[in-house]
Amino acid sequence: MKAGRFWAWIVFILGAAYFFIPLIATIEFSLRMRRGVYSFDAYKVVLGDSQFQTTFMYSVIVAVFTIVLGVLIVVPTAYWIRLRLPQLRPVVEFITLLPLVIPAIVIVFGYIRMYGSNSPLPFLSNNTATNALLVIGYAALALPYMYRAVDTGLRTIDVRTLTEAAQILGAGWGTIVARVILPNVLIAVLSGAFLTFAIVIGEFTMASLLNRPAFGPYLQNLVANRAYEPAALSIIAFVITWGCMSLIQVLSRFAPKSANRPN
Amino acid sequence: MTDLSLSNQAIAGKTAPPGEARALRLPTQWLGVTPFFIFAIMFLILPTLYLMLGAFQNDAGEFTLENIFALSQANIVAAYWISIKVSLASSLIGAFAGLAIAIAIVRGGLPNWIRSATLTFSGVASNFAGVPLAFAFIATLGRLGLVTVLLNTLVGLNLYAHGFNLLSFWGLTLTYVYFQIPLMVVIIVPAIDGLKREWGEAAATLGATQSQYWRMVVIPVLWPSFLGTVILLFANAFGAIATAYALTGSSLNIVPILLYAQIRGDVLHNAHLGYAIAFGMIFITGLANIFYIWFRTRSERWLK
Repeated sequence: MKAGRFWAWIVFILGAAYFFIPLIATIEFSLRMRRGVYSFDAYKVVLGDSQFQTTFMYSVIVAVFTIVLGVLIVVPTAYWIRLRLPQLRPVVEFITLLPLVIPAIVIVFGYIRMYGSNSPLPFLSNNTATNALLVIGYAALALPYMYRAVDTGLRTIDVRTLTEAAQILGAGWGTIVARVILPNVLIAVLSGAFLTFAIVIGEFTMASLLNRPAFGPYLQNLVANRAYEPAALSIIAFVITWGCMSLIQVLSRFAPKSANRPN
Repeated sequence: MTDLSLSNQAIAGKTAPPGEARALRLPTQWLGVTPFFIFAIMFLILPTLYLMLGAFQNDAGEFTLENIFALSQANIVAAYWISIKVSLASSLIGAFAGLAIAIAIVRGGLPNWIRSATLTFSGVASNFAGVPLAFAFIATLGRLGLVTVLLNTLVGLNLYAHGFNLLSFWGLTLTYVYFQIPLMVVIIVPAIDGLKREWGEAAATLGATQSQYWRMVVIPVLWPSFLGTVILLFANAFGAIATAYALTGSSLNIVPILLYAQIRGDVLHNAHLGYAIAFGMIFITGLANIFYIWFRTRSERWLK
């Protein structure tokens, strides 16, 4: 057992080195903008850049719409599958896994060809519609994570009893989903939401190919043209991802115990 | 025998929930999932099918295999080859390293906080891809990166003089491993947790040595989920573009970058060839995922 522990430490330390050295290097690099001394100049420049602010805000807004759309699609579906159509579960689960099989670049390529300006559904003909298409694309990308999160949440509550109780009290389907089911799986929905946020905020492929002024393409452009600012932005992006994941962890503590089980 | 009767009971219990199987209610039943299916068909399935059909059509819309044959152009084959190599190498390295780390934190007798810290960090790092990740590696192992410079000044080892280049197969693989290892850890830790303590005790009671226990119990049980995860990692790397694009621009021609350039500016001068490339990508990730599903169902037999 003693030898085992020794090797466990070696593995852990090697792993930690691999994961922390790039972060340290990036932090160090981001502080080097002013010659000779460490400073936060790069962060100041980046945060003060109006393009950073607009692209970042754009991505945040897109992320919020994506989360709303994802919840609207996933919660009623997962609920209904659990309540009434369990025989459809394999089909729905298969579909929710498709975005892991079909690369994002292929999905967006399909959008561009199918929903071009001359098509019956010209999503690409104006800005608002293209923004909508981006939100839809992101909702598709986040589908596997959102569905899994919500389904795990639903597993921990007694869907049938809650539904019957609500029906006895005279609630319609809309009321049941919005005011009985959703509050009960809110924590699961929120962890799906933060994961969606982490995916959407820096996404490059879809935003770039749909020509949207999002944070991902801005970051890409900056890497090609600047030295220190991208380092600062990488650190900021890491902190945002970290924040999302920590929030999920914190939330899972409030979730019903069995919601923490894998599957 | 007991198995049979048990599953029969389970089926009987499932098929007869009270008052549900009335044929008249069928339309309203399906109404609840209609939005989901409309969404999936319009924005996942049809666009993909559109490309797949396009791969087998010429400009006049007639059926042809020409586009598929055209994939054998040297630069396209090279792109597929390097993509497959990078995805395979990063998924294998990521899988073995991730497995080692997972075993270390679950079974290695390390303090408890290390386990939870590693899991949290893995959640973060598996989502830390794209441009920021590429830049982190440029800052580390680029020509002026911290490690490159430190090695040069402290040890006198000039990585680049020894043929290392971040903008190469190994550079890209090393970068991809950064999100592959954590993904492996996140997926495989529950599987290792699923190894029941009783199995070890049972093996010991039967006189098995530690190595026999690993060889004959642990590895066979973990094998399907391990292999399944390798395939998931492969598909994960195969479709990734942002990291590679930020790292290498278009100097390393992997398939997603080739497709990106084709969508942007028809660099291959043949729209349908773009469809064929997309078809090839779906074909490869799809094939990988069929294996994944197969292994998954096999591993779930044990890990309940």
